[in-house]
Amino acid sequence: MHSDAAVDRPRAAWLSGLLPLALLGAAIAVFLALGAPGLERRGIPVEEVAVANTVLLPGEIRLELRNDGPDSVALAQAIVNDRFVPFTQSDAAIGRLEGAEVAIEYPWIEGENYEIALLTSTGGTVVAEIEAATATPQSDAGFLGLMALIGVYVGVIPVAIGMFWLPFVRRIDTRWVQFLLALTVGLLVFLGIDAMLEGVELAGQGPQAFGGSALVFLGAIVSYLALAGIDVWVRKRTETARAAGRGGFALALLIALGIGLHNLGEGLAIGSAYSLGALALGATLIVGFALHNTTEGLAIVAPMADERPSLVRLVGLGLLAGAPVILGAWIGATAYDASLSAFLFGLGAGAIAQVVVQLAPSIRDRAGRVLHPLAVGGVITGLALMYVTGLAISI
Amino acid sequence: VGTVDPSVNGFDPQEILRDFDWGTTRRTATGRTIREWELVAQDKEIEVAPGVKYAAWTYNGRVPGPTLRCREGEDLRVRFVNGSAHPHTVHFHGIHTAGNDGTPGVGRGNIMPGESFIYQFGAEPFGFHRYHCHTNPLADHIAKGLYGAFIVDPRDGRPEADELVLVQNGFDTNFDRTNEIYAVNTVAFAYTERPIQVKRGELVRLYVLNILEFDLVNSFHVHGNFFNRFPTGTSLQPVELTDTIIQGQGQRDVLELRFPFTGKYMFHAHVSEFAELGWMGFFEVVD
Repeated sequence: MHSDAAVDRPRAAWLSGLLPLALLGAAIAVFLALGAPGLERRGIPVEEVAVANTVLLPGEIRLELRNDGPDSVALAQAIVNDRFVPFTQSDAAIGRLEGAEVAIEYPWIEGENYEIALLTSTGGTVVAEIEAATATPQSDAGFLGLMALIGVYVGVIPVAIGMFWLPFVRRIDTRWVQFLLALTVGLLVFLGIDAMLEGVELAGQGPQAFGGSALVFLGAIVSYLALAGIDVWVRKRTETARAAGRGGFALALLIALGIGLHNLGEGLAIGSAYSLGALALGATLIVGFALHNTTEGLAIVAPMADERPSLVRLVGLGLLAGAPVILGAWIGATAYDASLSAFLFGLGAGAIAQVVVQLAPSIRDRAGRVLHPLAVGGVITGLALMYVTGLAISI
Repeated sequence: VGTVDPSVNGFDPQEILRDFDWGTTRRTATGRTIREWELVAQDKEIEVAPGVKYAAWTYNGRVPGPTLRCREGEDLRVRFVNGSAHPHTVHFHGIHTAGNDGTPGVGRGNIMPGESFIYQFGAEPFGFHRYHCHTNPLADHIAKGLYGAFIVDPRDGRPEADELVLVQNGFDTNFDRTNEIYAVNTVAFAYTERPIQVKRGELVRLYVLNILEFDLVNSFHVHGNFFNRFPTGTSLQPVELTDTIIQGQGQRDVLELRFPFTGKYMFHAHVSEFAELGWMGFFEVVD
């Protein structure tokens, strides 16, 4: 008897917690069944349709649309450069938050600009602009291979080269290791700011139905908290094995993860720019990225001055940080989605912020201060290094 | 893409072509003819291109409004009833007194919703004219559909012909002060879908009026033929033989031609942008 009551009590507590939800459900059902009594719709339907993506095929322009507004929208006609043109659509009406695809028959010419207006049933227009039209690459093996090659050039190789600073880091004085760690913090802070700005910019361009810029901040908070949670969990498990301080490898792993997430975003930007024909794929761009990302290799090895990590581990860290560029480029070029990209940039920024917090204790001087002159110098040098090498890149 | 079912709008561009409203007449003791019409302003949603609805303001439920036709020298009375939710007027192009001009602030000025007014004036000069609402903002009151053709026949008439009214108009469906859709007699591509049938060798008289707002010029060009041009229709002598005319806002011409061959002949605005946004059609010449 006694034990039964003890089991029943929490169950009753849970049931009482569901009560407001049940009431809410019932209230909504009645409200809808009565046809929203007392409320009358004013004005004409609000038509807000965002063009999420433009795909150019030979003799055809495809628009991927997303209904951002509160009302359903029906498309009636398509106009390209002031000319009514034949088109087909996936859905006769696009409901709220729904996506739709419109395929327009049009003999577009390479390098020319097009203004597309989709006329809705109420006479409103959904406008898309195409600058310097170029065929959207199809995701065949050759294209995926090209994206992989770009990823290796700008991600994997530079990071790996940067990691060859490891022997140097091991030999120098502890104070200079601290300087390099501080420099790493500077590099990361720059990447974090960059990720946030890129994310917010992308979020502003795409459909707003899924939250727009808020996605970047949500992504950042989620990844920051997730990494903090993982860190505590890992530390608990290794506490007995490692009596003192933070493990250098664990820190390097976190840094590699944060940089990897950032580079995923970088890859997305490269891939989508390439597919839009807006990427000048030249030596300058590759060299710029290489300089920029080599510093990331240094950031990974800096905390491992006291360690002798195995080659396998080093390769793993390098791939974790650099390889996501390839994945990002694939996604960016084939299944680009502004909302998703913005969220990924947010994840990268949050991860970087968490890594900076983790790194901070390692640059403490004997008096326990984090922002001593050497550390400040290191952070500023890191920011400057990223800024200057970043100038070589423009997507 | 697609077609507009005339039953949706309640008027058919094919019928507007040859639909002349002579009104009703009576004779006074002194032998003068009094010709009377009624125009009712109505707010009405119309389909201007397949699937594209436009909240128009109309005279008698159609855009363009009825083609009012009379003879030089008659006494005209137009009873205007404002059944719209907005103030309107009817402003005729012609020679008349200030109080019958349909201008806001002059005479009765604006006719408020639910009110009515009888415009009275003489049918002069003979020619091809127009009428439209003159309430401010003027461009909007015209562009939304309150206009129509007004024909004053010469005292002795014109030669027998197959007569067609072509009102060049357009619609700014998204309210950005430029037109999304261009047409003759309102429905984009109506005469591409269903060509205008004319007989080979028969005299065809076109009453071409440009009522377009937001664009400064419009034009008319016919394929495979030339026509005699009578600007504003106020002379019985043509001024030129040509195949393309330019018309500013409110300008109109009477054009006469005969088709020597059978087949389909395109006509369109030679402002090609307008043509591809709806202002093109065909004459189908048959024996």
